[in-house]
Amino acid sequence: MTATATTPEHRDGSPTGAAHVRPRTPRRRPTAVAGRIALHVLLTVLGLAVMVPFLWMVTSSLKLDSQVFTIPIQWIPEEFHWDNYTRIWERIPLVTYLKNSLFLSVVITALQVLTGSFAAYGFAKVRFPGRDALFVAYIATIAVPWQAYMVPQYIIMERAGLVNTHLSLILLQAFGAFGVFLMRQYYLTIPDELCEAARVDGLSEYGIWARIVLPLSKPALASLALLTFVNTWNDYMGPFIYLTSNDLWTVQIGLRSFVGVYDAEYAMIMTGSVLSVLPILTVFLIGQRYFVQGIATSGLK
Amino acid sequence: MVSTTASASTPRTRSRLRRRNTLAGWSFILPNFIGFAALTLVPVVASLALAFMKWNSYSTPEWVGLDNFRRLVDSENFWTALYNTTYYAVGHVPLTLVAALGFAVLLNRKLRGVRFFRTALFFPYITSLVAVAVVWNMLFSPDAGPVNQFLRAVGVDSPPGWTTSTTWAMPALIITSVWRDMGYYMVLYLAGLQTIPGELYEAAKMDGASPWQRFWHITLPSLRPTTFFVLIMLTISSFKVFDLVQVMTEGGPGRSTLVLSQLIFREGIEQGRFGYSSAIAMVLFVIVLLITVVQFRLQQRKER
Repeated sequence: MTATATTPEHRDGSPTGAAHVRPRTPRRRPTAVAGRIALHVLLTVLGLAVMVPFLWMVTSSLKLDSQVFTIPIQWIPEEFHWDNYTRIWERIPLVTYLKNSLFLSVVITALQVLTGSFAAYGFAKVRFPGRDALFVAYIATIAVPWQAYMVPQYIIMERAGLVNTHLSLILLQAFGAFGVFLMRQYYLTIPDELCEAARVDGLSEYGIWARIVLPLSKPALASLALLTFVNTWNDYMGPFIYLTSNDLWTVQIGLRSFVGVYDAEYAMIMTGSVLSVLPILTVFLIGQRYFVQGIATSGLK
Repeated sequence: MVSTTASASTPRTRSRLRRRNTLAGWSFILPNFIGFAALTLVPVVASLALAFMKWNSYSTPEWVGLDNFRRLVDSENFWTALYNTTYYAVGHVPLTLVAALGFAVLLNRKLRGVRFFRTALFFPYITSLVAVAVVWNMLFSPDAGPVNQFLRAVGVDSPPGWTTSTTWAMPALIITSVWRDMGYYMVLYLAGLQTIPGELYEAAKMDGASPWQRFWHITLPSLRPTTFFVLIMLTISSFKVFDLVQVMTEGGPGRSTLVLSQLIFREGIEQGRFGYSSAIAMVLFVIVLLITVVQFRLQQRKER
């Protein structure tokens, strides 16, 4: 499968794994209808089961602490405590955390997309000796677990005096091999004849990248940008290892530390969780298509 | 791939073109490469060397050969972490794979609401780990948590203590991670299912194959490349597991969920034992590498 893999579309007569469901055929109408209903019921039950943690998170965030763990569970709060959502801003410096998370996510995403898509052109569209060996080096590091070299990374950052700065995280995450890999895979699907024609017309390599290849790779750029943004926003280990001052913390670290200190304030913890997930939900719903494309591109090649 | 030098005629212009291409190529790669080399490539190579050195944050590095590994073999923490990491992988890999495949097959059809289900299933994967861990910790709460309330309702008299119990903390982690990851692998499987030609199913139906037979003899074999990829990704990510454990149980209770990555972090960054922690890292890397190679071999043999 190539980078053109798109959102899986439904197809009629698709493979059935669930034995009790038969595809609709004229002769077996009643069973087909029954099967469809059974499938719907099954899917609804499974879907709800998967969603339960989110439902619980949202309802708990609107309760009093004492109402979170009740027997039996109250799925709909007796009264809605919307004030949790105003009080939390006074309890933890959430504005600072959100600002830090946003700053890191935007800067890292911008750098990753820019340098990644630029380098990918060198790997996909320019031929020179040593190129493929260099690419193998990139790929090989993707296979090495990050945990295996986080200590040397930390030593470098410590010697450079960058521990406990945002810069350390930016440097560590903005130049990853993943972006180069994803963009290269996509560039390979752009016909070389296009670049060749542009060369004949006298466009420089940089011109070809900027005016031909880049505009054609908008879907891949969007995928990379969204995946990087979400990964950075959600990252726990990076900030956990490198950031010690409270005023540099991201939402994830802030939330975790709040849980550690006020572990009995269940409702407030859930309120914070909801607020930390909300930006990602928004980004995800807007760019859903590109997430799926990005996964298919980097995954099946 | 079409060579950009295809039009070059004489050797002189060809070598000039080559030089120009090399220059152009490197100029594209360089901005990324500087950062990549300094902060990924160098650390990767350094961690290989460090594994054979004795080096603490206050001493100078000193070559000690296999000393770190000898210490490792005698360390109880190491064997516990290795056992726990393997336990996690053995639970996480098959369960996630089956769940992802099941949902993909179920959702690969024309049905009202199918889009919503796919979205709902995928969303846990991009939800922050901290939120996931915090919510599941509460769901698993032994006395009044929803999970145990449900278990009691279906007749389990003394449901497990989950994250408060040394026996059940790891299963709790596995359940949480399966829930979180299955949507991602489902997307991979859905993409794989799209590549199976519909005619195969039509032909099988004509021959009177039951849905189960069609799944077993068409869907599964056709999905082998996807399954191969999913298996490798899942195994690697299981052995790397870190942040979920760190946020949800911090390795506890006791050492019951201490995993290799955590041990590297504790020894290397918290304690400053750079050499010793790199030896653990080396073990982790070799395990991941071995599993990848073995799976690759198996896959190749099947294809032949």
